[in-house]
Amino acid sequence: MGLEAKLQQDGFITTTIDSIIAWARKSSVWPMPMGISCCAIEMIAAADPKYDLARFGSEVMRFTPRQCDLMIVAGTVTYKMAQVVRRIYDQMPEPKWVIAMGACTSSGGMYRSYNVVQGIDQFLPVDVYTAGCPPRPENLINAVMTIQAKIAKTKARDFQDLKTA
Amino acid sequence: MEFRTVYRYLKKFNSMDIRTNIYSDEKLLKKIAEDREIIIEDALDNEMIINMGPQHPATHGVLRLVLRLDGETVLSVVPELGYLHRGYEKMAEEMSYIEYIPHTDRLDYTATLCNNVAYILAVEKLLGIEAPKRAQFIRMLVVELSRLAAHMVAIGTYAMDVGAVTMVMWTFREREKIQNIFDRLAGARFTTSYTRIGGVASDADDVTLKMVKEFLDQFHSALDEMDKLLLGNRIFIDRLEGIGVLTKEDAIALGVTGPNLRASGVEYDIRRAKPYLFYNEIDFKIPTYNEGDCLARYFLRGDEVRESVKILYQILDKMPGGEIIANDPKHALPHKTEIYSKMEELIHDFMIINHGVNPPAGDVFFSAENPKGELGFYIVSNGSGHPWKMKIRSPSFCNLQAIAKICKGAMISDVIAIIGSLDPVMGEADK
Amino acid sequence: MDLKQLIIEKIKGNFPDAVSETTDFRDDLSVTVKSDTILGVAKYLKEDNELQFEMCKDVTAIDWATRKNRFAVVYHIYSFKLNFNLRLKSIVEVDPPVIDSVTSVWPGADWYERETYDMYGIVFNNHPDLRRMYMPEGFQYHPLRKDFPVLGIPDSLPLPEKI
Repeated sequence: MGLEAKLQQDGFITTTIDSIIAWARKSSVWPMPMGISCCAIEMIAAADPKYDLARFGSEVMRFTPRQCDLMIVAGTVTYKMAQVVRRIYDQMPEPKWVIAMGACTSSGGMYRSYNVVQGIDQFLPVDVYTAGCPPRPENLINAVMTIQAKIAKTKARDFQDLKTA
Repeated sequence: MEFRTVYRYLKKFNSMDIRTNIYSDEKLLKKIAEDREIIIEDALDNEMIINMGPQHPATHGVLRLVLRLDGETVLSVVPELGYLHRGYEKMAEEMSYIEYIPHTDRLDYTATLCNNVAYILAVEKLLGIEAPKRAQFIRMLVVELSRLAAHMVAIGTYAMDVGAVTMVMWTFREREKIQNIFDRLAGARFTTSYTRIGGVASDADDVTLKMVKEFLDQFHSALDEMDKLLLGNRIFIDRLEGIGVLTKEDAIALGVTGPNLRASGVEYDIRRAKPYLFYNEIDFKIPTYNEGDCLARYFLRGDEVRESVKILYQILDKMPGGEIIANDPKHALPHKTEIYSKMEELIHDFMIINHGVNPPAGDVFFSAENPKGELGFYIVSNGSGHPWKMKIRSPSFCNLQAIAKICKGAMISDVIAIIGSLDPVMGEADK
Repeated sequence: MDLKQLIIEKIKGNFPDAVSETTDFRDDLSVTVKSDTILGVAKYLKEDNELQFEMCKDVTAIDWATRKNRFAVVYHIYSFKLNFNLRLKSIVEVDPPVIDSVTSVWPGADWYERETYDMYGIVFNNHPDLRRMYMPEGFQYHPLRKDFPVLGIPDSLPLPEKI
């Protein structure tokens, strides 16, 4: 959607187009589950019949980064794994968002040791942090809803400098 | 819209070199530039080395496998671990025995309470104390429920890997009911840290026990439903039969334990060989299969689930009354209400929390039967409140050694079936 | 008691000056042998008809930071016939620490010895593939030694750049 992005003022048509596009984007957020450790089990539990995540639009959890727009980093990230996580983040097409699920990704969690990265915001831009060890599935759904609220406020001109790699 | 801005915009797109911003590794760029073209003879004669990387839908966690392939047949496999190495053993030397209990939860994160119980039994063996009978029975109850939960994850994700995606929804539905029970009993649904030195943290009241009984009563029909879905399915059985055969001698030589060993013909279950808690009073069979292939391991987990249900019924019948924490002031923490009102309990609480439980100097090894195998703790104590060394003998680490041997000669898609049947959990394999 | 005495007598009978200490703490038997005899004792324990210690459950090491001989390698082995867990300890007397590998006796000790090499820096002779297990290839330290801090050494492991 490059054309409206060039316009600097907010007319009636452009804001309507913006809101329609934002509604479409937020209602079909496809997560990329970067399931590394214990939080991955709660992420699968958020997709199971009791706490259905699919009713929020996250119908498929694709394991290929090229088809997703939300990366849920679930689990402790070590220095060795950080290179892998970063590589996969780079492969996701814009626009993309990141949820840091759990205490380990937010700040290193209960592991203050030589091999654990103290928070993934040291190498990734994070949009929503989720507390808990592991966060309950309702908490993860709340995080996805916060991402949806964040997407609803975006305008087309925020995505001007897209890198579509 | 101005034509000029559109033109400049599209030009920016076309001239952008999109490849370089991902592969910014210079060595890699040089290799890409230098590689000649592949000719037909090259492609058909050479072997391929493929990386089944740490991020993969079916590797059950962050396990990296480097495969050497001839066409689609696997010639050799080299696993690489360490992507989840969190430094458990180093951290154990800095914290007291009680502080380490939440860390043991995260070892085998599908059966969280089994790890708690194994660790606390090792510490109690070192201290030489024993929990009261009701606490032991409650520990057995949660261990068997955890075993059910872990096998539900194992069966569900294994079927999902092989292609039957419905199973993971059904098994997780059953697992949610078990986690509801833990929520009521221990306060948390997943990582509970429920056991304490000398007993358990909170009592199991009648409502909880009734919930367990109701769950067990409807579990049989759920299991039968799952069996009808998969076990008669010709495609599923053909996919798993005869794949990944682990012979009895190999299994013993490699140190494989748990369901993988029992599927290869060795009848070794620690609950029978060296009984802990009160397993010598419970009547249960040890299922064993002789074929040692993926289908045998899958059937064995189903059989173990049924045996666990039988054990749970017996535990519910035999549950005694009494206290849930030992009356040992030097080692077991007193109850919170007593700490706030009585002097000696306050002093003991202060000493235990600040100085630690101070076991005698020496070393002890204790192992318990986890759903994945034999989880052992080797604790070396030098008399202070922190262990001098803690070694966690995790079953998945040892079971993964078997991959290199049993994947030889299989196809790529069989590698997925084999990993799922060995059921590794990287949280404990990497520690 | 009888079983433990039997095992100690058999080991002492076949290797007269290998055993330096035996302990029985909390019902666990632990035998300490000299480090150059460990391969012979291991082979004997596996192949003897009465003992048959066929499964190696664990291989690890202890770092006694302040003693004269700093490292001790510990093996936990199990016999199906006797249903008995035995702990073999062996104090490494050379510095830098080197000991024989038991992978020729128990193939399952392969990865455990690699892990011990990674964490403590003890080199195993005749190991088929001695490389690091958990830490990345170029890591220069051995984490579980007592002189390595828990928080790690800054900048010893690379991290991707922040966007």
